Amino acid sequence: MSSDETVMDTGYTEAVTSLLYQLADDDFMYSFRGSEWLGLAPHIEADIAFSSISQDSMGHAAMFYKLLEDLGAGNADKLAHFRPAIERRNSILTERVNGQGYYMETPHYDWAYAVARSYFYTQAKKVRIDSLCESSFKPLADVAVKVRMELYYHKMHWDTWFKQLMSSTEVAKKKMADAIKLVMNDFGDVFSYGDQKQQIESHGLIGSEEDLKGRWRMNIEPFFVSLHLQVPEIPEGPVKNGRNGEHSGDLDEGLATLSEVCSADTAAVW
Amino acid sequence: MAASVQVSAARVYDVLYKVKDPEIDSVSIVDLGMVGEVITDGNHVKIVLLPTFLGCPALEIIKKNTLNAVKELPEAGEVEVEFAYNPPWTSDRITEEGHKGLRAFGIAPPPLYFKEDGSWHVDCAYCGSTYVTMENIFGPTACRSILYCKSCKNVFEAMKPVSTLM
Repeated sequence: MSSDETVMDTGYTEAVTSLLYQLADDDFMYSFRGSEWLGLAPHIEADIAFSSISQDSMGHAAMFYKLLEDLGAGNADKLAHFRPAIERRNSILTERVNGQGYYMETPHYDWAYAVARSYFYTQAKKVRIDSLCESSFKPLADVAVKVRMELYYHKMHWDTWFKQLMSSTEVAKKKMADAIKLVMNDFGDVFSYGDQKQQIESHGLIGSEEDLKGRWRMNIEPFFVSLHLQVPEIPEGPVKNGRNGEHSGDLDEGLATLSEVCSADTAAVW
Repeated sequence: MAASVQVSAARVYDVLYKVKDPEIDSVSIVDLGMVGEVITDGNHVKIVLLPTFLGCPALEIIKKNTLNAVKELPEAGEVEVEFAYNPPWTSDRITEEGHKGLRAFGIAPPPLYFKEDGSWHVDCAYCGSTYVTMENIFGPTACRSILYCKSCKNVFEAMKPVSTLM
């Protein structure tokens, strides 16, 4: 363990725990939705890339769940698979279905939505991870340094797709505009810490909501300016806040699907 | 009756050189730069491994193989293997021997430099030609990219460069 190990009081442990649930649940749902694209992306290179990104992101979620386990929150796999929706702290954006239909039947998924969600989510993750590299909780800062190196490639990938589709045909631009609207409707809780805001922000664990929003905006602004477009506005006060356990029905459906196999035999050793 | 056996770190390293990446069997975990630390205390051995990519499914296999290999040492008692994230694994930890092993497997070693725009270049793993194109930055495993050599007309892979400067 680190030599500068701090004595953790209850308030600090609670704040770290709250933040870790938000980080873990975000990457867990994001990578699950990404994995549902396997075999369906527009071409094979996109398919390999998206699978690889989903695999990395699942690895990031696993690290955050492991940190929770180390803090005594319970077994990492169980935290990932068996918590009901009301206990989940992911943003609404990450739980949304990929489009109409089911993966196993007729998936009429929306690629424009996949690109828009991944672009804005990855930009937000970049800002959060950069901030976490300076976290007062050293084990989290160490993990963030690792995540940042992998995120570099994810961001490069989604930046490329986003820029190309945004500068493409009229049909593509229209589809992207519709997708961005859907994504931004759900963006209100991405930078929110919910009712844990004061606790999380006061312990030097990560930057404030306002600080991170500002950096996110600053990072994406040059591209929007180059296309003579406005940077989309993050809605104030989300209708539902995933950080407080408020979710859409999509999360229930997603959790039922992703935990189907391990629920079938909870005693199995993986 | 306490046995005063002292396991030497050098002996542990000799064994670790025989533990290979299950997906690239020409390179040992030592040459991949995955061994962070070997700590011995009497017959107690602790090996700290640095994971390459966090979502890599080979990590648990590597951990198990490491544990089993070191337990084979007759003088070793309790053996522990754990992952750590500090220092982070970076691709410049791969040794010269590791570079050779990667090439033997058809994988170009990671480049040492990034260009100003963040892109990077490697030469063909087979013929060494510099006349290559990037087909996909993402490849068959988290740590690899797919490239094409216009000289020998082979598809080859490259180990993705990973650095804290990214």
